[in-house]
Amino acid sequence: MQLSREALLQAYRQMKTIRVFEDRLHDEIALGEIAGFTHLYAGQEACAVGVCERLDAQDFIISTHRGHGHCIAKGCDVVGMMKEIYGSSEGLCKGKSGSMHIADVTKGMLGANGIVGAGAPIAVGAGITAKGTGNVSIAFSGDGACNQGTTFEAMNMAVVLKLPVIFVFENNHYSEHTGESYAVGAESMTTRAAAFGMKAIKADGIDFFSVYEAMRELIAYCKAGNGPASIELDCERFFGHFEGDPQRYRGKGELDRLREERDCLKLFRTKVTEAKLLEGAALDALDAEVTALIDRAVAESKAAARPTADHVLEDVYISY
Amino acid sequence: MAMKMIRDVIRDTIDEEMARDDSVIMLGEDIVGGMGSPGGPEAIGGIWGTSGGLWAKYGSDRVIDTPISESAIIGAAAGASLTGKRAIAEIMFADFIGVCMDQIWNQVAKFRYMFGGKSKCPIVIRMPYGGGYNAAPQHSQSIHAMVTAMPGLKVVMPSTAADTKGLLAQAIREDDPVIFLEHKALYGVKGEVPDGDYLIPFGHARQVTQGDDITVLATGMMVGFAENAAAQLAQDGIGCDLIDLRTTSPLDEEAILDSVERTGRLLIVDELPPRCSFATDLSALVANKAFSSLRAPIEMVTGPHSPVPFARELESAYLPSPEKIVAAAVKAMSYRRG
Ligand SMILES: Cc1ncc(C[n+]2csc(CCOP(=O)(O)OP(=O)(O)O)c2C)c(N)n1
Repeated sequence: MQLSREALLQAYRQMKTIRVFEDRLHDEIALGEIAGFTHLYAGQEACAVGVCERLDAQDFIISTHRGHGHCIAKGCDVVGMMKEIYGSSEGLCKGKSGSMHIADVTKGMLGANGIVGAGAPIAVGAGITAKGTGNVSIAFSGDGACNQGTTFEAMNMAVVLKLPVIFVFENNHYSEHTGESYAVGAESMTTRAAAFGMKAIKADGIDFFSVYEAMRELIAYCKAGNGPASIELDCERFFGHFEGDPQRYRGKGELDRLREERDCLKLFRTKVTEAKLLEGAALDALDAEVTALIDRAVAESKAAARPTADHVLEDVYISY
Repeated sequence: MAMKMIRDVIRDTIDEEMARDDSVIMLGEDIVGGMGSPGGPEAIGGIWGTSGGLWAKYGSDRVIDTPISESAIIGAAAGASLTGKRAIAEIMFADFIGVCMDQIWNQVAKFRYMFGGKSKCPIVIRMPYGGGYNAAPQHSQSIHAMVTAMPGLKVVMPSTAADTKGLLAQAIREDDPVIFLEHKALYGVKGEVPDGDYLIPFGHARQVTQGDDITVLATGMMVGFAENAAAQLAQDGIGCDLIDLRTTSPLDEEAILDSVERTGRLLIVDELPPRCSFATDLSALVANKAFSSLRAPIEMVTGPHSPVPFARELESAYLPSPEKIVAAAVKAMSYRRG
């Protein structure tokens, strides 16, 4: 763990921001405050933050339907995101996108996506832009998305064109309600990616340090002009597929056990405090700071301007 | 007759057809729901509640839960249908047609023609469509104009529980590919459903209300909106001849033209945007074949030329509504030639 104190605090701040953002959304949705489909990311924070803390502003990422964590980790404005999810015209996408399509291209965040598997080919395009600049393009996908033809095509094209694209497969073991063991015919996402001819590794997706360390290696590999790489992250999601999902596909006591034994935030805290890198008080102070930020985001979202009918046709390049 | 929710009608109709004909199979994502998960198969039984219990009854050879691979779902359904099965494929949201368009457009829709009429391709592609859930631009679209425009496909859009049964049973027994569009907002709607074998041949519209002043054409969720508007208009003495088209291909031209010849006015209600659309197609039909009966310009209440937005206010501004239908009918009624 050669991270500076500042870097450790930043990683924790980002992970905690995602967690509090998601937990708060879970509550607000239960109150009926938020419309539409919301897919929460809680449980997978170490994946987004482990990857994005290695990136700089000029690197690109493309996300999935479960996009809040990736957006936050890449530096999107948290208040603007919350306003978007509330459907305000002050939201990051003016209330047009909601939870599933949040984007901020100025931050290199090329969008959450409602179409499973749509991200990987777009990440290949961003890889064309990134090639030779020292930047990389990251495609986040799930274990479900790795069964889409689009993902296969993207992996092959990235290899053929030798692009600096990193395919990040967050394997939370479920696609909606279907288990990964049923839906992924290959031995693993890693062997599948390797078969396309790229460097493919695994890391522990609930351990920030494992992800962060693995990403160092992959980014160096891509920047050296070797072409794409892939990483499979073993992780857990703590809520349903979407908010409102009764989760009958889970095992008995599964969620309690996961929250007890496989919580990336708890693991991070234990690791850094036991190694005496950070003290509990510093982490507690960050917890308070993050909670205040999310409280403000929710309060401002509730008070924010609502879109009106004349906004419908705004941003269509031509209207009739 | 039994009272049933449309989602149950769909499951029961598939069940009856699978029991009747053992060449009927179905495939789709999470249609069993829970495969490979600790909760076990049928932990969910289909995310729309339209396939629960079918796997337990018919097993994995006939109720096939698939990975997230829409092209392969449609291609596999097509291949099975060409070789003796009757396949019912579920695409979880109609929006995902984008992912499997080649299999639908260049393959399934063209087999019969390209193979010189020597093949059958009995496949039903079920797709939930439409807005009303604040599900944002990629989960709220209607796609009927696009598939109606494709030669080789039949397109069905039921609006009632009874029609859902009759049209779905018919679709499964057709030897040609059928796109069966289910409006998401109608799944929970209840209605009387005839018992036993019940088939509705394609190409026959349903008369919803009778009136002499204006013809109103609608499908799917729009039928209910138009019915509501017709009731309001009736109070002001305006009689709507409301027609639920039920199938957009084949289209019941006769019902449309007969009605317009009687009323002299036409109002089309549709969720899709207005350009190169289902509404413009119906307008052209009437302008072409019943021009001289028209006493006012054709009115269209449609979505605007934009994707379907997310926020509540934006989506309700987007969608047609009973109020917009009433206003358009009143406009047509008050038209005077200059
Ligand atoms: C093309 C397409 N097919 C199906 C869906 C419906 N859907 C949304 S998320 C999802 C599961 C995705 O699973 P995975 O890639 O493992 O991501 P996770 O939900 O686990 O984050 C499915 C089937 C979709 N949105 N797009």
